[in-house]
Amino acid sequence: MAGPLPVGDPAPADGRLPASAAEAAAGVPFGAYVHVPFCRVRCGYCDFNTYTATELRGAKQSEYHEEVAREIDLAVAALDLSGVGPRPLSTVFFGGGTPTLLPAADLVGVLRRLRERFGIVEGAEITTEANPDSVDAAYLRALKDGGFTRVSFGVQSAVPETLATLERSHDPAKVPDVVAAAREAGLAVSVDLIYGAPGETLEQWERSVDMAIALGPEHISAYALIVEDGTKLARQIRSGVLSAPDDDLQAEMYELADERFCSAGFGWYEISNWSRGVESRSRHNLSYWSGADWWGFGPGAHSHVGGVRWWNVKHPAAYAQRLAIGVSPAQAREVLDEPTRQTERLLLQSRISDGLPLAVLGERGRRSVAGLIADGLVEPRAAVRERRLVLTRRGRLLADAVVHRLLED
Amino acid sequence: MSPRATQALQPAATDPAQIRNFCIIAHIDHGKSTLADRMLQITGVVSDRDMRAQYLDRMDIERERGITIKSQAVRMPWEVDGTGYALNMIDTPGHVDFSYEVSRSLAACEGAILLVDAAQGIEAQTLANLYLAMENDLEIIPVLNKIDLPAADPDKYARELADLIGGSPDDVLKVSGKTGVGVEELLDRVVGRVPAPVGRADAPARAMIFDSVYDSYRGVVTYVRMVDGKLNPRERIQMMSTGSTHELLEIGVSSPEPKPSKGLAVGEVGYLITGVKDVRLSKVGDTVTTHRQAATEPLPGYTDPKPMVFSGLYPIDGSDYPILREALDKLKLSDAALNYEPETSVALGFGFRCGFLGLLHLEIITERLSREFGLDLIATAPSVTYEVATDDGRSVTVTNPSEFPSGKIRAVSEPVVRVGILTPKDYVGTVMELCQSRRGNLMGMEYLGEDRVELRYSMPLGEIVFDFFDHLKSRTQGYASLDYEPMGEQEADLVKVDILLQGEQVDAFSAIVHRDKAYSYGVLMTERLKNLIPRQQFEVPIQAAIGSRIIARESIRAIRKDVLAKCYGGDISRKRKLLEKQKEGKKRMKMVGRVEVPQEAFIAALSGETEKKEKK
Repeated sequence: MAGPLPVGDPAPADGRLPASAAEAAAGVPFGAYVHVPFCRVRCGYCDFNTYTATELRGAKQSEYHEEVAREIDLAVAALDLSGVGPRPLSTVFFGGGTPTLLPAADLVGVLRRLRERFGIVEGAEITTEANPDSVDAAYLRALKDGGFTRVSFGVQSAVPETLATLERSHDPAKVPDVVAAAREAGLAVSVDLIYGAPGETLEQWERSVDMAIALGPEHISAYALIVEDGTKLARQIRSGVLSAPDDDLQAEMYELADERFCSAGFGWYEISNWSRGVESRSRHNLSYWSGADWWGFGPGAHSHVGGVRWWNVKHPAAYAQRLAIGVSPAQAREVLDEPTRQTERLLLQSRISDGLPLAVLGERGRRSVAGLIADGLVEPRAAVRERRLVLTRRGRLLADAVVHRLLED
Repeated sequence: MSPRATQALQPAATDPAQIRNFCIIAHIDHGKSTLADRMLQITGVVSDRDMRAQYLDRMDIERERGITIKSQAVRMPWEVDGTGYALNMIDTPGHVDFSYEVSRSLAACEGAILLVDAAQGIEAQTLANLYLAMENDLEIIPVLNKIDLPAADPDKYARELADLIGGSPDDVLKVSGKTGVGVEELLDRVVGRVPAPVGRADAPARAMIFDSVYDSYRGVVTYVRMVDGKLNPRERIQMMSTGSTHELLEIGVSSPEPKPSKGLAVGEVGYLITGVKDVRLSKVGDTVTTHRQAATEPLPGYTDPKPMVFSGLYPIDGSDYPILREALDKLKLSDAALNYEPETSVALGFGFRCGFLGLLHLEIITERLSREFGLDLIATAPSVTYEVATDDGRSVTVTNPSEFPSGKIRAVSEPVVRVGILTPKDYVGTVMELCQSRRGNLMGMEYLGEDRVELRYSMPLGEIVFDFFDHLKSRTQGYASLDYEPMGEQEADLVKVDILLQGEQVDAFSAIVHRDKAYSYGVLMTERLKNLIPRQQFEVPIQAAIGSRIIARESIRAIRKDVLAKCYGGDISRKRKLLEKQKEGKKRMKMVGRVEVPQEAFIAALSGETEKKEKK
């Protein structure tokens, strides 16, 4: 199941953070990610930490919200112990798995618990992911009433063949209705797309892009399909049943999408994310790229607070057992030293349209920017006028290579 | 088996009339070492208990490959009709690469056993060495070996031998080194047929060095054949080519373990130890005399070994460079023919340009470097020495394509070799085709027996140093054998083909080839590199050029996408670690201009692995 967790240092049983964290966390926005590790079926390409009913080994979906509540209590205590202090949440994001497999009341219950224990700032962004076929108008209304502000639909494609390859079960024809229901309920809407599935043509992708725009969301994410080791998709490609995604075609698909989204009034703000205006950007998503703090609740969830990254045990059963005896579910952690944080700054901030302040770069890094501009990978205007490194469209497609060049020593 | 001689004759006190110096000429695998083993046993110098296979071959490589690289001399007692004899068996290197060493070994003998496998008949290298033996006026004793083999056809090959050297097929001795059959008769015949050495006992000492071996405990051990006079223990000796003098720490004979003696006298064969650590101070072919009463005339025939084939050797791991340098320094101590000097390659980093006597020599050295010193090496395509005359009247010696002058060229001359190929007659056509494609000129063709043919060609050495032998073997299913010897130089229309990556020359792939082959070389290398070099952030043209003229072109399309679409659930650690891993990977990349090339790509392109894979 799911890709391996990183290797790290041991994490203490009470979840306490090292002394360095308090200072590093001061003044940094704080958010919460709630992982819901359940799916009705597992999609062939997915290596997220998620489980179908038969894989749960005694973990109970119905009790899950109570377990998360226990971790929330533990988090508050741990932050207190660490001198970081629980701060009100600016963003909350429910992801999965399929969060909407839980009753709306469970999600709302978790949100209520977060509000009680941390507080939630005025105008906070509260999102859940949703499968188009797992919610209806009543469900969406319940979310809105419970405090949710935003829903992100896993639409993935408009083309039945592509959906079949991805093993997505929803009927694309019904997506407009559910999007309309979300709007009616007063929720902001985001649409998730995947491109480059085996067999998908540029023309098919074009249809999906146009469909997404026609749905009229505030926000669109478009992710290139990555074939992860250990997935069914990887096995199918290895055995020749499906063809491997082609990088060049994926590049063309990205360019096509970026063009269409831009002419429809969207702007990119992160390599795989577009929004209608600055206010529609996903602040939660941006917090990952801008070095903000968040606590990730749930099995396999990752957290970052005050320069410390940690991740929870993966299996829901193990997660539940730990919390039942009052032990932190954190499996391991790493305390980032300054060089590592510097690497992360380059790695993360270079991906967003606000860009990376050139002042963050060392002398060599700043010198390599000239070459990146010459190669058309970095926006010259932003570099010269704003002293920020912002990727061009071509640069976004080669972002990892750009980071390597910035790090060259 | 009990030895026939009850008492061995003492060195320094043996009448030359009772000495016989002989060698064994044989092709690889024809059983020379096994025959030598039996002689050691039958004469009693090695007890049955101490016997091990290929007793005289000391290096692992020698034993495994069945090739004798360094020769040695063994003194064995023998008795015929009540008279005692000292038999000196001088082991000669079997391969043509060592022909100079062979010729010096032959010069130390009065007779030669021509040993031929009774199942295979004579081979090309044997012919060459037989020729050398006859040049040295040696008495030839033809012998068929391995008569115990079911496939042996001694009568047929006895006729072939008699046909070749004259005499009757009945004179050809038939032995088995394995079982020992016929070996005593062979030793008797050596005594009967090989002339006793002749020299002036009262003249100033003159001894010819026919081998020089580095021993890590004792320093250089020099093997000599006394011609005139006498050498005594503790005497001061002098090398006539350099005039250098050394204290004689030990003198003795091998039988086969070193045994100090009271000296060496006329006609005797033995070893000298002076404490010298470098074989270059004790060179094969040089004449040893005494310092106190030095001879005036050196023995004839001394020449410096001249490398014929050159190749760049580079450690795959650049940090192994100092180890490679030390290893070469060490090998040089025992191999005066090995030449090297530091060289830098853009593609391969720091290494050494090495000169070898031939391809086998190259192979043996690289194998010893990897086996004895644990080095992982890459060798550039072997090349030869070219003399280039430029339009402005300069003459440049080129042993490395990078030295090829860039201006206008008036003429290029290349070394030519006389090639002898022995092949079953069914393959004559395909062998001729191969030789012609390598610019060979047929000089003669002769049937040896009914079904084997000797083809003689003159051919540029540059055409055979690359993969000629592999092709020859594969076209004849392994039956053909090859021999070559230098026969001078010729002018030829040779050009240097450079390979350019995004306009930057990749030195390791430059080659000097005949103009007619320049295009096919260019196409081959550009295609290989196209398939081996990963795509970059920009398009990379790969060109083959003669001077500024492009003769072949490929290009590697720019990579368009190199980004991970997302970080799962905020798992930044995973992404960062992936980045760090990639960064590690980049350290193993070599930069050619702005193009990142994995070291493996260079290696694969040089070794031609790509085509081999396709063929499978």
